Amino acid sequence: MSSVEAVVTSADADDGHAVAELVGVSKSYAGGVAALRSVDMVVEYGELLAIVGPSGSGKSTMLNLIGTLDRPSSGTVCIDGFDVATLSDRQLSALRSRRIGFVFQQFHLAAGRDALGNVADGLLYTGAGRRDREQRAEAALTRVGLGKRLTHRPYQLSGGERQRVAIARAVAGDPPLLLADEPTGNLDSVAGGGVMELLHELHQSGTTILVITHDREIADSLPRQVQMRDGQVV
Amino acid sequence: MSRPNAPGLIDARRRGTSPGDRKRAREALRPARLRTSDLIRLGGYGLRLRPLRAVLSALGIAIGIAAMIAVVGISASSHADLDRELAKLGTNMLTVSPGKTMFGEQATLPDESVAMIKRIGPVQSATATGVVGTAHAYRNDRIPAAQTGGLSVVAAKLDLLDTVGAELSRGVWLNEATDRYPTVVLGATAAERLGTGPTVYIGGRSWVVVGVLQKVALASELDTSVITGWPAATTYLAFDGHPTTVYTRSVESQVEAVRAVLGATADPSAPSEVDVSRPSEVLSLRRATNATFTSMLLGLGSVALLVGGIGVANTMVISVLERRSEIGLRRSLGATKGQIRTQFVAESLLLSLIGGAAGALMGYLVTGSYALTQGWPTVVPPWVLAGGVGATVAIGAIAGLYPAIRASRLAPTEALAAA
Ligand SMILES: Nc1ncnc2c1ncn2[C@@H]1O[C@H](COP(=O)(O)OP(=O)(O)O)[C@@H](O)[C@H]1O
Ligand SMILES: [Mg+2]
Repeated sequence: MSSVEAVVTSADADDGHAVAELVGVSKSYAGGVAALRSVDMVVEYGELLAIVGPSGSGKSTMLNLIGTLDRPSSGTVCIDGFDVATLSDRQLSALRSRRIGFVFQQFHLAAGRDALGNVADGLLYTGAGRRDREQRAEAALTRVGLGKRLTHRPYQLSGGERQRVAIARAVAGDPPLLLADEPTGNLDSVAGGGVMELLHELHQSGTTILVITHDREIADSLPRQVQMRDGQVV
Repeated sequence: MSRPNAPGLIDARRRGTSPGDRKRAREALRPARLRTSDLIRLGGYGLRLRPLRAVLSALGIAIGIAAMIAVVGISASSHADLDRELAKLGTNMLTVSPGKTMFGEQATLPDESVAMIKRIGPVQSATATGVVGTAHAYRNDRIPAAQTGGLSVVAAKLDLLDTVGAELSRGVWLNEATDRYPTVVLGATAAERLGTGPTVYIGGRSWVVVGVLQKVALASELDTSVITGWPAATTYLAFDGHPTTVYTRSVESQVEAVRAVLGATADPSAPSEVDVSRPSEVLSLRRATNATFTSMLLGLGSVALLVGGIGVANTMVISVLERRSEIGLRRSLGATKGQIRTQFVAESLLLSLIGGAAGALMGYLVTGSYALTQGWPTVVPPWVLAGGVGATVAIGAIAGLYPAIRASRLAPTEALAAA
């Protein structure tokens, strides 16, 4: 799966567009908070980068825009070659279902479903059949080192393992872009280190990964850092 | 992963202005359909998050549906029993009795009325009884005369049993020999009241009991009668010989036509004084008298259904509020607004269908056990079951729609932040 994806990814890269491109992007919320102010940024295929900055500097806002969960107040956001402004809500959903994987600080796992179910359900909106989803889920869980934890429910897993399940869910569909918002924020340093190691491995097998963190040390361990302060890239 | 990737297109697509680009985007970015099986499974997961709450809110629907089905089922079973009974008894019997005169006195029928009625074409048989008003029956000669026990002494023609459809529970019916001597056959109730002795005491002498009748559904007045032969009543009890009830059977299709002429035939001089009735109708009417009770129960059932529907809606509203982060996650995984909406409607439908199915089963069991105690056949008309299912589907859809729309309108970022 991943080798096929790597081919597709490099083909995408040959097209000349970036996996994410932000031009003059601003975002202000109701109440007049300018969370992002005229941000320009390009993320190329195959990158592993950190967006780092203090709390409230606009990192999550940026991730939401790149993840097409929200639209900018002004400026252009292009993801995988598509201008978000030209796409309908349905099209953005389809874009997310196949091209973007999310990892959240709070894991967002379904308590009533085991690891395999959680990961397989992540493929629900790709149109894959149930068998296919379960096979891919098992492969993804094996890939993150949880091949022996398939039937464990979230409460039976450690924090680090839960985040691995969430990562498996995000990468099971082999999206070209993986977005992680403070993925180690709820983990101790050992578990956090394990998760970062896993992200490095995924990056080596071809996935573009964007990690949000307020932790300088984590940011410095990645090939590229984008610094943010007060809604601006510095 | 199909995406147009000819290099020349990319810049135009980024600008995103030409209609061709939008078309390409539409093709590349078409959301996948959720399969029905996945949708049902999704609804099931949702309900299993809070099983007790699901059970309680399904219970409201179940009670409503059970009430509806039991009410209709019990009434249908009663009708089925009646139909079965009427099929056995026949609905072609008409009875003629003298009403009141215009001066308010009890009228009598002319002696020749039975012969006249027999001459009506479609009439297959006609027979008569005459109440011996002056005589009363007692267990023995030691019972005070005032204790008549509510029984009447009735003279009968020999062909009475066939026409009214009566059966003996023991002994024999009167015949050419016994009907001129002091012998009687007792109606079922009369036999209970007079005991099982070999004789009863009427008009100052003992009469030999030769037989006892079973209950007569179409002529229940015979149950409380002590029946003597026509000649014996004349001889020993000063019976005037006037018939007081004539029983007829007619060709089924002509019953109404016969009924129209029966009064005038029985008593041409005073047809308006004659009462003609069709006992099978009286039976039906007696069963139908609880119609108001039935509609009251149906009303209660629909109130229960309404309350059940509100319960389901309430459950769904709370569920949507509690599961904002799940909704946000699903949106991030690529669920469209429509798919979120469908998921919650499916959950609501499933919830009320479970309630409806449980209710249908309960309603069926209630009908079955009630019918069993009454000795009726169990009948639940298919249209009630279909109606019950239809009602639960409608309730589920209506109750789920508003919460589902709210869920689908949540902004993904807001929903995710709710964790
Ligand atoms: N939905 C919102 N409504 C109003 N203000 C918001 C909203 N989300 C974020 N903000 C504000 O925007 C700024 C940037 O927030 P955020 O992107 O979450 O920062 P970070 O992730 O770097 O901590 C903050 O001042 C925050 O209070
Ligand atoms: Mg943040």
